[in-house]
Amino acid sequence: MKQKGWKDLPPGSVILEGGSAARFKTGSWRAFRPVWIEENCIQCLFCWIYCPDMAVKVKDGKRTEFDYDFCKGCGICALECPGKKGKKAIEMVEEGK
Amino acid sequence: MAKVVAVTGNEAVANALRQVNPDVCGIYPITPQTDMMQRYASYISNGKVDTEAILVESEHSSMSACIGASAAGGRVVTATSSQGLALMWEMLHIASGDRLPIIMPVVNRALSAPLNIHGDHSDAMGCRDTGWIQIWSENGQEAYDNTIQAFRVGEHMDIRLPVMVCMDGFIISHSIERMEYLEDDEVKKFVGPFKNLFPLLDLEKPKSYGPLILTDLYHEYKKAQHEVMLKVKDVVLEVAKDFEKMSGRKYGLFETYRLEDADIAIVILNSAAGTTKDVVDELRDKGIKAGLLKPRLFRPFPYEEMAEALKNARAVCVMDRSDSFGGYGPLFMEVSSALYQLKNRPALINKIYGLGGRDYLPSHGEMVFNELAEIAAGGKIKAYKEYIGVRE
Repeated sequence: MKQKGWKDLPPGSVILEGGSAARFKTGSWRAFRPVWIEENCIQCLFCWIYCPDMAVKVKDGKRTEFDYDFCKGCGICALECPGKKGKKAIEMVEEGK
Repeated sequence: MAKVVAVTGNEAVANALRQVNPDVCGIYPITPQTDMMQRYASYISNGKVDTEAILVESEHSSMSACIGASAAGGRVVTATSSQGLALMWEMLHIASGDRLPIIMPVVNRALSAPLNIHGDHSDAMGCRDTGWIQIWSENGQEAYDNTIQAFRVGEHMDIRLPVMVCMDGFIISHSIERMEYLEDDEVKKFVGPFKNLFPLLDLEKPKSYGPLILTDLYHEYKKAQHEVMLKVKDVVLEVAKDFEKMSGRKYGLFETYRLEDADIAIVILNSAAGTTKDVVDELRDKGIKAGLLKPRLFRPFPYEEMAEALKNARAVCVMDRSDSFGGYGPLFMEVSSALYQLKNRPALINKIYGLGGRDYLPSHGEMVFNELAEIAAGGKIKAYKEYIGVRE
């Protein structure tokens, strides 16, 4: 990819399109990874609501796997997860383990 | 037809803002600017303008509000002095880096400590590296005229930069002078309707201001900011030409006064230039070839033009109403840089005068010219930088 020179830039570093954050993958910031344990999941979608990014993917009204390209490992989903019968459906696991 | 009035500098600039009728105005009081925004607030309350006033809790917030309003797509103004300008500091960089043409009269005042409310140039000189265009004014008429021209310069589609219009606190802001107002419709026509570049409120074309730019592009963005500053001089002259057609008053990058054949010259900003012109006249009557140069556009600084204007003088004194402690005065540094590029350059000295509103008297100018005459006659330079009008 050819890098932009100073003449190619819009005045004021303004980004002239919407949704460009999708191209900036931030998952590598993560130190802890949320792991979804489907058998403990009651599909309450709390994790989807609480995720500060959009790293919980939902299809046909049900949550599916995490989007690890954008999950920064904040752990809010694991904290809010009510689980089933005392067992959490999301656990935080240290990256690299 | 021009209307002749007797008004203070603050009143004149408030009236210029009324005639432009901007969309948004950030308002926070600080001496000696307070009276300008107070008058503007009265215009708003009395329905003379339809500006949205944002009453804020600090100057940092005022500049932040102006940045938001300008990015949203409005014509935006505010005004400040001294500590207020200092408090805006980090936001000043954001206004210029985001290329937002905010117009801000600055009523020059000393910086604390010790606390002082009177006129000197420490405030505006302290933010000369913030990327704002700076236009300086000798008197109320110039402050009024420069404020009107500032809109055309900052909002020019090739420029899009914020502009500070400087005038001396109290000496100009609170003194009543005779001056000429333009008609409202003349000013309106001269300034023209506000044109947007990248308005945030254009919801059809979403955009983001203030992204994170790291090692890959930051250097390029700063180069672009430097390059746009280089275009400002031409726009300032083009706007001044149009302004002259309307008003009959001529403006340039700086003003020269009996400088063409001068052997000795003083370079001095704002109100003290008026005092110095009288001294020049007295010396000329005695057959001494004295002259003056008064900078108008300080950022960007017109290095080549100023070197050309001063090249025939034998000795020049740059007088600063602020100091860079441990260095030379800020104006001296610029003039010195300008003259260094000449093969044959005048001897150059720096005097610091009038800090914290200390009076600058004709006798001070005369003393400096006498010293310059000695240097021009082959005398030795005793001190390159010296405080004048100071008690031992």
